[in-house]
Amino acid sequence: MGHAPQLNRRSFVLGTAAIGSGLALGIPFGGPTAVYAADGTPEVNAWVVIRPDETVVVRIARSEMGQGTLTGLAQLVAEELECDWSRVTTEYPTPGQSVARKRVWGDFSTGGSRGVRTSHDYVRKGGAAARLMLIQAAANEWAAPVSECATSKGVITHVPSGRTITYGKVAEAAAKLQPPADVKLKDPKDWIIAGKPLKRLDTVEKTNGKMIYGADIKLPGMLNAAIKDCPVFGGTLKSFDDSKILGMKGVKKVVRVGESAVAVVADTWWHAKSALEAMPVVWDDGKNASVSSESIGKWLQEGLDAAQPAFVGNKAGDVKAAFAGAAKTVEAVYAYPYQNHATMEPMNATVLYTAEKCEVWTGTQNGEAVFAAAVEASGLPSDKCEVYKIMPGGGFGRRGMTDYVRQAVAIAKQMPGTPIKLMWSREEDMLHGRYHPITQSKLVGAFDADNNLIGLHMRISGQSILASVRPEGMQNGMDPVTFQGLNASGEAAIGYTVPNLLIDHSMRNPHVPPGFWRGVNVNQNAIYLESFMDELAHSVGQDPLEFRRKLMTKHPKHLAVLNAVAERIGWTTPAPQGVFRGICQHMGFGSYVAAATEISVTGGNKIKIHRIVAATDPGYAVNPWQIDRQIAGSFVYGLSALFYGECTVKGGRIEQENFDTYQSMTMKEMPKVESILMPSGGFWGGVGEPTICVAAPAVLNAYFAATGKRIRSVPLKNHDIIFA
Amino acid sequence: MASLTINGRTYEIDAEPDTPLLWAIRENAGLTGTKYGCGVAQCGACTVHVDGQQVRSCSMALSEAIGKQITTIEGLASEGGVHKVQQAWIDHDVPQCGYCQSGMIMAVAALLETVPQPTDEDIDLAITNICRCGTFQQVREAIHAAASA
Repeated sequence: MGHAPQLNRRSFVLGTAAIGSGLALGIPFGGPTAVYAADGTPEVNAWVVIRPDETVVVRIARSEMGQGTLTGLAQLVAEELECDWSRVTTEYPTPGQSVARKRVWGDFSTGGSRGVRTSHDYVRKGGAAARLMLIQAAANEWAAPVSECATSKGVITHVPSGRTITYGKVAEAAAKLQPPADVKLKDPKDWIIAGKPLKRLDTVEKTNGKMIYGADIKLPGMLNAAIKDCPVFGGTLKSFDDSKILGMKGVKKVVRVGESAVAVVADTWWHAKSALEAMPVVWDDGKNASVSSESIGKWLQEGLDAAQPAFVGNKAGDVKAAFAGAAKTVEAVYAYPYQNHATMEPMNATVLYTAEKCEVWTGTQNGEAVFAAAVEASGLPSDKCEVYKIMPGGGFGRRGMTDYVRQAVAIAKQMPGTPIKLMWSREEDMLHGRYHPITQSKLVGAFDADNNLIGLHMRISGQSILASVRPEGMQNGMDPVTFQGLNASGEAAIGYTVPNLLIDHSMRNPHVPPGFWRGVNVNQNAIYLESFMDELAHSVGQDPLEFRRKLMTKHPKHLAVLNAVAERIGWTTPAPQGVFRGICQHMGFGSYVAAATEISVTGGNKIKIHRIVAATDPGYAVNPWQIDRQIAGSFVYGLSALFYGECTVKGGRIEQENFDTYQSMTMKEMPKVESILMPSGGFWGGVGEPTICVAAPAVLNAYFAATGKRIRSVPLKNHDIIFA
Repeated sequence: MASLTINGRTYEIDAEPDTPLLWAIRENAGLTGTKYGCGVAQCGACTVHVDGQQVRSCSMALSEAIGKQITTIEGLASEGGVHKVQQAWIDHDVPQCGYCQSGMIMAVAALLETVPQPTDEDIDLAITNICRCGTFQQVREAIHAAASA
């Protein structure tokens, strides 16, 4: 055990820069020399291009993958620009352009629910600066002071004279002006475009088949590749016999890809995949060939009580002393499995490599990471590489990785001049995920004689994501992300005050590669803590809501969302006959979230979810309609994980290869989600991920209320618990 | 060489008879609105209509589709128009990533042909497509809207 994927130096450099200096890039909001957009229109600044026909093109660096970021960021720019929303369209700058312009668009990385919350400041300033330049251009034309000009919906008015001119008429002149040194942003309470429930900008093409995803790319002369990587992580490709398939229809070439994979290149993907299936391949499974879910589970279990090493994530008082003096202690052990992102569109990338250039077309959550991967895998200098971001069929964290891009470049390098589209089969996608990390947790709570919780020790044993994916983010050997939702303060803070508290991590990294899986570590941390809080409450005969409230007096924002769901579900009134309730709260990605459910259980194992109430306080809400959709969707993701989600390991490889053994919820299982959006202002929280983590504990706590049975491991199918 | 009738047009398809209809549509006819998700009829991203019935095209052989009327997402609406299901999808802002939505829309359009006013239970039974973004809430709203359009 202990195998970790190789660190890529270039993505390390870019990644670190992106994290460390996103807002300190000295992003210029325009320039005295006009820069021209692809269609010949001069850009007002990097964020805004206004065409003579009044179309407003907003450049978006972050990736849209369904979460609505594209629309939300465009709203923020348009708000400050005071343009006509109906004329707004968007485009992606390429990573190559960004690098060539000193990263003028900032960070491309789209994960951690950061799309809006970490770029709202500079994109709004981009819009505000463009507006000032447009006004200046109009004022110059009128020889009038700027202070006499006003803007609304893309029209500049000289107030004293009533003269008007549109943005499109002065955009070219504005592009030549010096950008303003400083711009003032609107108070969100004055927003008229941002903060409003507007429709997405990219819907129509998703309803008529016209939206092009990475899998749909067609280039002249393009060939298709199917690939098999050694199913055992860390294993290698020993040999393959291509004589069996080279005569098959459409097959052009069989190529080795790195140390561990082989690809068939053919005229169509179906031919490539069929030939690959027919080709004898011999693997060297390597040292991980005997690893199983059982062996991993046993190793993690040992970490629950291991004295050292244990990294401390949150500490208060003296837990040992509290336990020694306790009137009563309660203990429980929980577990969370590996899970695959299972994006609907399997991983793919299209690459055209020549000795002079390497171009990549792919759906990605991080255009710059793909760019760095292309530079490294092609061996070409960065000014000879370019990446074109294509709509991804789901991301959920998986498309922040670049493994599939490296493979595609490696294949294309062996066929210079021929565009190669590499697409993974669903089976390849399931076998080569970057899985939700596996962990277990032992929790011990201590009460005094008056049933006050005086001590809590939460030991997490298991896998670190950063150790594998982003080792530069480790702090003295500790993975701080492990403690997401459990920290003393910050964007993922615990919502309880326990006088004697210890939350620590015994890190154990199996060879199965982990990744950021939508919701990341709050998913299991919320199950562990919020189920255990319920256990503690019941152990002293207290109402789970009241028990929490007593511990939350110093956490008013956590408490506010909890109270909101309690009120909406009707916690203090009796539930309908045969219906039982569960409740929980947590924090992640800068947002406070809570959920309450009503379920009924038949035969002890068939769950029907009647109601889900979910509250979110994201600080500011840029598009309430899209946030509603993220919340509803996050319950589908979170409850699919709770009921079905598990990738098991046998012989060092993942056993589940398709949706028949890795199930996902369908319509009949999914109740309506009543979402409560309660932005309290003053901070910016994410909305794509946070509510996933409250889906499972709300149901698990309701299941206990209904049956008296506490379920402490995921998924429910392993307990023979199914949807009614 | 096989002749397929897709969206009222004849395509000469140079593919083996056992090629899944999905890949004949995507790679031979070049209509990429129909998506590959699983290849084993689990997810429904590849749903098309064959003689008006919803079919998971990844699991039907090209040879079985010869002589039948195949409709894909590109041909769901009449020329230049918008099908009522598509309109409901636009009105209710249903898609997130959108990858599964072609199949979802085709499944719903087929349902409304046989059950013009489906109940929630009808929808639960008929629409079993997987959507990992989790658009089900909006899908249900949009189905009811399309049914009453």
